Amino acid sequence: MNKDTQLDLWEVFVQSKSGLPHIHAGSVHASDIKMALQNARDTYTRRGEGTSIWVVPSRSIGATNPDDNDMLFDPSNDKVYRHPTFYVMPEGAKNI
Amino acid sequence: MKTNENLFTYCLRLADDSLILGHRLSEMCSKAPVIEEDLALTNIALDHIGRAQAILKYAGEIEGKGRTEDDIAYRREEREYQNHLITEQQNGDFAHVIARQLYVSLFESLLYTELEKSADKTIAAIASKTLKEIKYHLIHASDWTIRLGDGTEESHLRMQKALDDLWMYTGELFEMDDIDLAIAKDGIGVDLTPMKIQWEQRLEDILAEATLKMPSALYMQTGSRSGMHTENLGHILSEMQYLQRTYPDAKW
Repeated sequence: MNKDTQLDLWEVFVQSKSGLPHIHAGSVHASDIKMALQNARDTYTRRGEGTSIWVVPSRSIGATNPDDNDMLFDPSNDKVYRHPTFYVMPEGAKNI
Repeated sequence: MKTNENLFTYCLRLADDSLILGHRLSEMCSKAPVIEEDLALTNIALDHIGRAQAILKYAGEIEGKGRTEDDIAYRREEREYQNHLITEQQNGDFAHVIARQLYVSLFESLLYTELEKSADKTIAAIASKTLKEIKYHLIHASDWTIRLGDGTEESHLRMQKALDDLWMYTGELFEMDDIDLAIAKDGIGVDLTPMKIQWEQRLEDILAEATLKMPSALYMQTGSRSGMHTENLGHILSEMQYLQRTYPDAKW
C-alpha cells in the first residue's frame, strides 16, 4: 500500500438555512482550517446550498464500530415502551 | 456618437479580460493538483465568464446593431480583442496559475471597487455583483501565494519564478489610452494612475508574508489597447470559437 500523500481529511457540515442544524455534506482534503473552509465552500455550496459551514478534522470524530450494531442498536426496537406510540396525536400537529 | 463608441470599446476591454482569463482557467478543469482545487478554479472560471456575459450583453445594447453577447464573444477576429496580455498567458504549472490570478484579481479588486461608483448605472450594478466574487478570487490567490512561498524550498522557488515570469505583463494593466482617459473623465471609467501605487503596496504586503521577493524588472510588455497580442490569443480563439464557427448559431 502506498502512503497517503493527500492532505488531511476534514468532514464538512453545511447549514442550509439560519436556525436549521448543520448537516454532514461530505469531506475535503486540506492542510488547515482556512483551506478546509475554502475547499468546503467550493465543493459543497456551489449552488447556493448553504448559509454556514463547519469543518472538523475527521480524526477528531469518534465513531461506533459497525460490528457492534446488534449490541448497540438492535434492542431498542423491541422495547415498545420507549416509543411514544400510546399517545393520541392531536389533530393538526405535524411534529411532536 | 463618439461617446457611445468609447463606451462600447471600454465594455469590450472589461469583458475581454474576464472572457479570456475565464477560458484559460476553464482549461484547468481536471488538471488541478487536487479535486478541491479543480472545483475552486473552475468556479472562478465561471465567475469570469459570467461577468463577461453580462458586460458583453450591455456592449451589444450600446452598439445597437442587434449583436448578442455570444456574437461579440465568439465572432470577432484576434485584433478586435481588447484583453490585457496577462489574461491570455499559458497556465504553466500551478504556481503560474496562482501568480496570474493574484496579479489580475488584485487589480480587479481595486478597479471594480471604483467602478461600483461609476456614472454608468449598468456598469456600477455589474461591478457591485462581481466585486463579491473578486474578493474571494483574491483571497484564494493570495492564500496560495503565501502557502507556496512560505512552503517547501521547491514551492518557494516555483512561486517566485512564476511571479517573475509574469511580471512584465503587469505594467500594461495600468496603461490608459485616449479612450480610457475620456471614459474616466466622464466618470464612467477609472483613473488608473493612483491605483498602481495601491496595487504595488498591497502586493508587497502579500509577498512579504509569503517570504517572496517583489519582482523588480523594468521591461514591460504592451499592445492590447491596440489589439496587438502575444501568440497565445490565436490559439485560445481557435479553440474558443471553434463551435460557433463550425456550427453558426448553434444552440444548447
